[in-house]
Amino acid sequence: MDKYKCTVCGYVYDPEKGDPENNISPKTSFEQLPADWVCPECGAPKDMFEKM
Amino acid sequence: MKAVKIIDGLYWVGAVDYDVRLFHGFHLTTPRGTTYNAYLIIDDRIALVDTVYGPFAGEMIEKIREVIDPKKIDYVIANHVETDHSGAIKDILKYCPRAKVFCTQRGQEGLFKHYFENWNFQTVKTGETLSLGKKTLQFFEAPYLHWPDSMFTYIQEDAVLLPNDAFGQHYGTSERFDDEVPEYVLMSEAQKYYANILTPFSVLVAKKLQEIKEMNLPIKIIAPSHGIIWRKNPQKIITAYQQWANGQNDGSVLVIYDSMWKSTESIARQILEGILSENIPVKLIRSAVTDRCEVVKDILTARALVIGSSTVNRGVLPSVSSILDELEGLRFRNKVGTAFGSYGWSGEGPGLIAERMKKAGLEIIAEPLKIKWVPDEPELKASYQFGQKIGQLLKK
Repeated sequence: MDKYKCTVCGYVYDPEKGDPENNISPKTSFEQLPADWVCPECGAPKDMFEKM
Repeated sequence: MKAVKIIDGLYWVGAVDYDVRLFHGFHLTTPRGTTYNAYLIIDDRIALVDTVYGPFAGEMIEKIREVIDPKKIDYVIANHVETDHSGAIKDILKYCPRAKVFCTQRGQEGLFKHYFENWNFQTVKTGETLSLGKKTLQFFEAPYLHWPDSMFTYIQEDAVLLPNDAFGQHYGTSERFDDEVPEYVLMSEAQKYYANILTPFSVLVAKKLQEIKEMNLPIKIIAPSHGIIWRKNPQKIITAYQQWANGQNDGSVLVIYDSMWKSTESIARQILEGILSENIPVKLIRSAVTDRCEVVKDILTARALVIGSSTVNRGVLPSVSSILDELEGLRFRNKVGTAFGSYGWSGEGPGLIAERMKKAGLEIIAEPLKIKWVPDEPELKASYQFGQKIGQLLKK
């Protein structure tokens, strides 16, 4: 599963870790994230992320 | 300059830096200087919203003293950690050491990591309020506008927004208000400020503006932390921010280039003529002799960028490279473009430029144009046609 980086603030979404604070369990791929998921660091939407 | 009354109970107590010509160290140009705006709110309790850059602490304290004894300050609101606004907190706290310092959680972390002092911090979140008596301050976190710690303070009863760096301009004048200065200068400086500082966060700017719109907050005055206060028509700068944040453009083309022995220059001039022949507004910019921050300002509202360089040492000329650095860092929205240049042997220049433009999120609308040594008549014609083609593609 690929990591994705936020082009606004540089936060890296690591699917191994997920985003537990926002109810995204570990092993959730970037593609599986809900469409309204936003960067937990800066609030940028999903389409502002780039595959690393 | 003296303290300036904005409305009853609200004073500008900042400083004008008439002399500064380079900002953020040597990063940004400020040909008109700048101001560091601090605001004093007088009520049953007294609040100072933001301070000034450290070297101007004395000027700020002098102005505060014209209004009240600085010992009477109960609260210091730190909307932003950056030293041009927080640099005089330690100076003012010498007078009022028990004053509470209000900021976001990240503001507290950042202020500690700048000044290594455990001030009497109180962290706030969006929506929280602080009553001063008759006036109520409301706080809005504004992460990444333009640092993680940034927040806005709003005076509810007066409908005054104190958004720190948002809506600011590096414009160091003795005038304080938008109705006292030429509007084109004000808007030009506001655009330059947005382009060079806020562009990477455009998507967040758009979201924040939407959030404010949905809250139906009346806004009579916007008093930013740099430059002029918007009181005549605050909606003007809000609308401009909406347009810039959404990547709206004026349909124009910028031909940005540098050249060693005039070959790339002559190609650039033919491209310019070709684009003009299609009645598209176009500007020719030689990057090596133009203020980079002004180029960035123009890029914000352009539709297309046509960027050229001689090939040198298998790369491009340094001034062109610095424009490409800006594109990659700032990530403008909704831009298209292509590249061109003359070369002697290896000829990587135009291809490298196009590659970096693509990496910066621009759509490449035409194959880059590459010409060996000095362009001959047919090649000059081809350069003109290249410009024409770009003009035609933009009309589609």
